Amino acid sequence: MSRQFNMRSLILSTGTTIILPLLLLFSLFLLLRGHNEPGGGFIGGLVAAAAIALKLFADDYPSAKSLLRVHPLQIVGVGLAIAALSSLPSLFVGENFFTAQWWTLYLPIFGPLKLSTPLFFDIGVYLCVIGTVLTAIFTLVEAEH
Amino acid sequence: MTSLMAILIGCLYAAAIYMMLRRSMVKLLIGLILLSNAANLLIFTVAGLERGVPPLITEGAQTITGASADPLAQALILTAIVIAFGVLAFAVVLLHRAYEVIRTDDMNEMKGTD
Amino acid sequence: MDMSVLIALPVIIPLIVGALSLVVLKNHGAQRLLGILGTGAVLIAAILLLWQTRLNGIKVLEVGSWPAPFGIVLVSDLLGAIMVLLAAITGFATAIYSLKTVRKRFERFGYYPLLHLLLAGVNGAFLTGDIFNLYVWFEVLLVASFALLIQGGERAQMEGAIKYVTLNLLSSALFLTAIGLLYGMVGSLNMADIAVRLTAVEDPKMVTLIAMLFLIAFSIKAAAFPLFFWLPASYHTPQVAVSAIFAGLLTKVGVYALYRVFSLMFTAEVDFTHQVILWMAVFTMLTGVLGAASQFEVRRILSFHIVSQIGYMMLALALFTPLALIGGVFYIMHHIIVKANLFFIAGMMYRLGGSFELKELGGLYKKHPGLAVLFLIPAFSLAGVPPLSGFFAKFILIKAGVEAEAWWAVAVALFVGLFTLFSMIKIWNEAFWKKAPEPAIEIPAPVRNKALYWTTGILASMTIAIGLFAQPIYVLAEMAANQLLNPQLYIDAVLGGGKL
Repeated sequence: MSRQFNMRSLILSTGTTIILPLLLLFSLFLLLRGHNEPGGGFIGGLVAAAAIALKLFADDYPSAKSLLRVHPLQIVGVGLAIAALSSLPSLFVGENFFTAQWWTLYLPIFGPLKLSTPLFFDIGVYLCVIGTVLTAIFTLVEAEH
Repeated sequence: MTSLMAILIGCLYAAAIYMMLRRSMVKLLIGLILLSNAANLLIFTVAGLERGVPPLITEGAQTITGASADPLAQALILTAIVIAFGVLAFAVVLLHRAYEVIRTDDMNEMKGTD
Repeated sequence: MDMSVLIALPVIIPLIVGALSLVVLKNHGAQRLLGILGTGAVLIAAILLLWQTRLNGIKVLEVGSWPAPFGIVLVSDLLGAIMVLLAAITGFATAIYSLKTVRKRFERFGYYPLLHLLLAGVNGAFLTGDIFNLYVWFEVLLVASFALLIQGGERAQMEGAIKYVTLNLLSSALFLTAIGLLYGMVGSLNMADIAVRLTAVEDPKMVTLIAMLFLIAFSIKAAAFPLFFWLPASYHTPQVAVSAIFAGLLTKVGVYALYRVFSLMFTAEVDFTHQVILWMAVFTMLTGVLGAASQFEVRRILSFHIVSQIGYMMLALALFTPLALIGGVFYIMHHIIVKANLFFIAGMMYRLGGSFELKELGGLYKKHPGLAVLFLIPAFSLAGVPPLSGFFAKFILIKAGVEAEAWWAVAVALFVGLFTLFSMIKIWNEAFWKKAPEPAIEIPAPVRNKALYWTTGILASMTIAIGLFAQPIYVLAEMAANQLLNPQLYIDAVLGGGKL
């Protein structure tokens, strides 16, 4: 099929190189603040997926794909595994399946860092959403070519 | 307000079913989208419409006092929206692939498996 | 770590294994290994769960330590545990069968991860005690089944998938609507809690209305009359391993949901609701078997028979007597194994005979007598020939029908049994007995494959075993039916603090 869906706008392409890292950073910010405030894995994942979709529109499919390095389905796999495994630590301390666990790490300069299973679950969701959305988008793009 | 919402939801259901009965694949998809939105709005409405009272426990109190919005219904809707998002994204891809294979948008042409 | 973790295992194992096999998407060997190990682990967990549930009664797990009725609970009563075991058996058999039949191309597009996801969804639906969570598991298994259904991308698959997807999404939307109305009425999502609160509702007509919405939603999923036509339009289109697991499990999730909801929650106006189910059951049996009579493609005949068999299971629920429910549970146990096996055998007939069309098949008895015997066992069991499993299932049900004086239903059930036998003999005559027709198509060199014979052979011997050792199975079904008829047991287990 000869139809090209991108028009190779210089403005969009240049803008994307600046915005892309910012969007990815913003998605991480949304992911991490999601525990107590608006945000979270789902929203963060959508923003990250949108960032890569932007790359797709600004440049082309191969460059967007190479940004990921792996097949998007593999990202879904990693995310699902992290989310599912985050249900297990509670079993080792004798509590019910999926009960939230909290640990505090004391870092030398930054002070206490609170880690928890909900955080890992959220990271899993984040990766799942990125993978799922990009699988759908990439499938449609491949159908165009 | 509730009765207004009820009418709106009824219209959405009616529109959804009308669209699903059309012969075009794309209209079928629009029907499905409207249907899931109608169901979400229904949950939102039956759980009680409360204005400007988030379900927060005030400082020092043990439970919520007075009326408040129902957070559970909103959690349900959020979950349902996410699920609908995933399923409908799949449906879009499916219809696109189906169109490429069958080369028609008309449901009446799809009798190969009946 | 107490034993209640067991309840979560049938759900969490396939999720983790499925995720891992997504990660190793490009490594076929690892995927197959994970497929066998994962489904095998689920099988072991399911056996332990059923054993524990039978020994200690209904088990409850409060997920995340959130107490019922506020958090989500996983509940394993006997019906749920039996269903999980059947799902695990089907899943394991499918994984073995897939080793030799699934093409590498499909493996690369995530066949095994989808299989695991499907199993997780099915097991989640069987074990959850929360009505909204049931909806979520339904969607999980639906998404997995959508993707499995269209692997291959042929025209028939696309047409079948559009019907399948549309009807199932419609059913999900109705289910969600019903949940919304129910939540608005009683303000709870925990099924045990809903059951308690529904007894206090002043307007039973409204409850019945919601019950009817649930009935429509679940009977679409179960492929009951009048909304069954998506099933025969789609089940014969994917590869055989997928058809088999769909045929064995998916409609039965709908049946399970009907059993759960109409034994636990909506028992106030039994005279009306279960009368409606009775008529649906009668017409489901009839249309299914008559549809099958007009078909000449092996998988389509079997697909229509799924519909007619669903009628029997609904008949059991409609009669709602102890004996009928025993028969219903017995029937489900017999049906899942037999149906999956028949699809597996149809796949082997295709490999050995080169076609699914009865007109193009023939002479298989002479060439492959082993396969012929393997076909006869589940086929006669499906029709209800003694001493196979189907005989006892039908016998108990019909006896229950006679006791309940539902003469019409009994007459239809007997008639449908006869017609099922006719259908099976039709396949036997055409595919196995008659002379092989002049090969219009090139028959591929038959590949004898031990793994396939072992899979179907073990399932067939289970069919015989259920028939020969019907007594212990009957006792198990009796205990399960007893729990269904005494919802207070379920309610106490869930709301009694979740402690065993």
